[in-house]
Amino acid sequence: MNEPRTLYEKVWDSHQVVDLGNGECLLHVDRHLLYEVTSPQAFDGLREAGRRVRRPELTLAVADHNVPTQDRAGGLSAIADPESRLQVATLERNCAEFDIPYVPLTSPRQGIVHIIGPELGLTLPGTVIVCGDSHTSTHGAFGALAFGIGTSEAEHVLATQTLVQKRSRTMLVRVDGALGVGVTAKDIVLHVIGAIGTGGATGHVIEYAGDAIRALDMAGRMTICNMAIEAGARAGMIAPDETTFAWLAGLPFAPKGTEWDEAVAQWRTLPSDLDAAYDRVVEIDAASIEPMVTWGTSPEAVTTIGGHAPDPAREADPRQRAQVERMLAYMDIAPGAALAGLPIDIVFIGSCTNARIEDLRAAAAVARDRQVAPGVRALVVPGSGQVKAQGEAEGLDSVFRSAGFEWRDAGCSMCLGLNPDRLQPGQRCASTSNRNFEGRQGPGGRTHLMSPAMAAAAAVTGRLTDVRALAR
Amino acid sequence: MTPFTRLTGIAAPLPVANVDTDMLLPARFLKTVSRKGLGAALFRAQRFDANDVERPDFPLNRRPWRHAEILVALDNFGCGSSREHAPWALRDFGIRCIIAPSFADIFYGNCFKNGMLPVVLGAAQVEVLMADAEQPETAIMTVDLEQRTITRTQGETIGFSIDPQRRQRLLDGVDDIAQSLAFEEKIAAHERGWRIAAPWIRGLAADFAKTETSG
Ligand code: SF4
Repeated sequence: MNEPRTLYEKVWDSHQVVDLGNGECLLHVDRHLLYEVTSPQAFDGLREAGRRVRRPELTLAVADHNVPTQDRAGGLSAIADPESRLQVATLERNCAEFDIPYVPLTSPRQGIVHIIGPELGLTLPGTVIVCGDSHTSTHGAFGALAFGIGTSEAEHVLATQTLVQKRSRTMLVRVDGALGVGVTAKDIVLHVIGAIGTGGATGHVIEYAGDAIRALDMAGRMTICNMAIEAGARAGMIAPDETTFAWLAGLPFAPKGTEWDEAVAQWRTLPSDLDAAYDRVVEIDAASIEPMVTWGTSPEAVTTIGGHAPDPAREADPRQRAQVERMLAYMDIAPGAALAGLPIDIVFIGSCTNARIEDLRAAAAVARDRQVAPGVRALVVPGSGQVKAQGEAEGLDSVFRSAGFEWRDAGCSMCLGLNPDRLQPGQRCASTSNRNFEGRQGPGGRTHLMSPAMAAAAAVTGRLTDVRALAR
Repeated sequence: MTPFTRLTGIAAPLPVANVDTDMLLPARFLKTVSRKGLGAALFRAQRFDANDVERPDFPLNRRPWRHAEILVALDNFGCGSSREHAPWALRDFGIRCIIAPSFADIFYGNCFKNGMLPVVLGAAQVEVLMADAEQPETAIMTVDLEQRTITRTQGETIGFSIDPQRRQRLLDGVDDIAQSLAFEEKIAAHERGWRIAAPWIRGLAADFAKTETSG
C-alpha cells in the first residue's frame, strides 16, 4: 500500500522532475504569472545570457501594482508617474519580445494578477503556480500549489519552466463548526494569524480543512489562502470539491466536454488521504470567531471588534513591550483603548484579498440605502475588469455611488503605495487588504485590516464599527 | 554569471549588526527596471544627508573605501525583505564579498544567485579583519574561494568553510539556471508525461486578450 499523502505532497510528487539531493528537487511549473515590479531584471538576465523563454504560452503577464484606477483609456500614457510608466512599458516590451501573453491596461480582462488567473480558469486544481509576489498563495484555494518567488527564481522559471525547491513541512488548520452571523472568511484568517502569529507557519504549507472551510464559497477560500503568507506560510491550500468544480465549469480556459469529466475525475483524487500525517495541526472552533480588526502594524496585532488594544505596561518581556509601544504610537491608539468607535478617514474596499464580486456584494449589502459618513473618503476598487463589469450588471455600482463611495477601475490601488491611490501621513484607513505594515498604504498611513462588510460599516458610521449592529 | 575565484581588494569596515534590506536599499528605489545603477542608492540614508550630500564620516564615502570590493560587517547581515534589490545594490557599488559572523537566510542565498560570496567567520576573526579594514595600510585583503582562505595584508591566512556545491557553482560561474538546463532531457520527458496526464493545462496565445471574449 502507498503511504497516505497530503494534498500538498500529491501535487509536489506529480511535479517533481529531478531529485537534486539535500532535500532539493527540480519542480515543474504549470503557470508563471508576471507583473511589472519584480520582472524587468529577470528579462534582463535572460537577454544577458542569450536565453529564451522556454514556455511563453504557460506564462501570463499583467500590470497591476503601478496602475492608476481611473481615467486610463489612454493606456500607458494615462500613467502620470514616469517611473511607474517605465515599469509598465518595460513589461509590455518584454512580453512582445518574448511572445508572452499579456493583458493590456485597456483590456476588459485587466486586473490584479491573483484575481484574473482564477477568473480565466488558468488556476486549476493540482497545478503548480508561481509569481514574483508573495500573495500568489491565493491560488491555493483551488487545490493548486501556488507560492511567491524572487526575481532570480522568476528568471529561472522563464528559462527552464522549473524551479529548484525544498519540500516544506505541512500544517493542517482545521476550522470546524458554523460561523456566526456577520463573520466571514477574512475573520477566519485574521483569527488564525492572531492565534499562531506572523511567524507561526514559517517553513510550512498550510492546508485549511474542516466544515467551516468546506462551507465557504471560492471567494472566501481565496481570501484565507491569500493571507496564509501573513502567517509565514510558504503557501495555503484547500482540497478541491464540488464548490471548486462548479466555480470552474465554463471558464474560458477550464477544460470542456469529455476533457472536463477526465479532469474532474483526476481532481477528485487530490484531497489528502484519510491517514495523511501533518507536521503540525491547529484546531479552531468556528463558533468562537468574531468580526476581527487589526490594531497594530503587523497582521498578528489583531483582536475582535469588541476588543481593546493591548496595554504595554502589562507586557513582561521588554522587547515585546517596546514593540507594542511602537505600534500603538505609530497607530496613534491609546494603551488599552477600545477599537470600536475609532474615527476613520478612509475606507478601502479592494486588493487581491477582498475585491471579488462576492466581497463587493457583501459590502454593498451594508452600504445600500446608507450614506458614507461626512468627511470620510471611501473607495471601491474591483479586483478586475470582469468583477467591475459584473458589479455594474448587478447594479452594485449605483448602490455604492449613491451611498457616496468612489467606484474605480481595477488594480492594486491603495493596497500599497506604488500608485496614485495612497494614504496621506496620519490618515486612518479601514482596509480590506492584507498588510498593515508601517507606510504600506502610503508613508505615515494607518491601516486597520478587516472584512468588506466591516469596512462598509466603518464607511457609513465613520468609525470602526461592529457590522452586526447594522443588521437589518 | 561571472565566476568568483580569487579577489584581492579593499575591505570596508561596517561595524554594525542587523544591517537590513531597507538600509541596503530603501523601498522607494524599487520602482526600477534594472539591476544596474542601484549602487548610487546603496545605504542611501547612511551615506547621504537629507540634501543628498555625502556624509563624510560614512566609510564608503572615504578613501580608500570608496573603491571597496569587500565589506566586513557584524551579525545577521541582510535581514528584512526578500527583495533581490539589496544584493544588486551592493554588487553595483562594486562589492562582491561580504564577511560577517552571520547572515539572514534569504540574503545569503541571493548573494550566490548574483555571483557574490558571503563569508561566515567566527566573531573573533571578524574582529581581526574589521581592525584591518579600518586602517588604510591593512585594508587590502585577498579572498580565495579555491583555497577557502582570506589572506591579510601582512600575509597571515584565515580559513573559512562553505557548502561545497555552492562553492563549485561560484567557482565555475555556473548559475542555477545553467545547472537546471543541464537536465533538459528530464524536463522534456516530464513535460511529455504531464501533457498526457493533464492535457487540459493548455497554453495561451500571445495575443489571447485581444481575441478572448468574456467567458
Ligand atoms: S492587491 Fe496588494 S497584496 Fe495583492 S498583489 Fe496587489 S499589492 Fe500585492
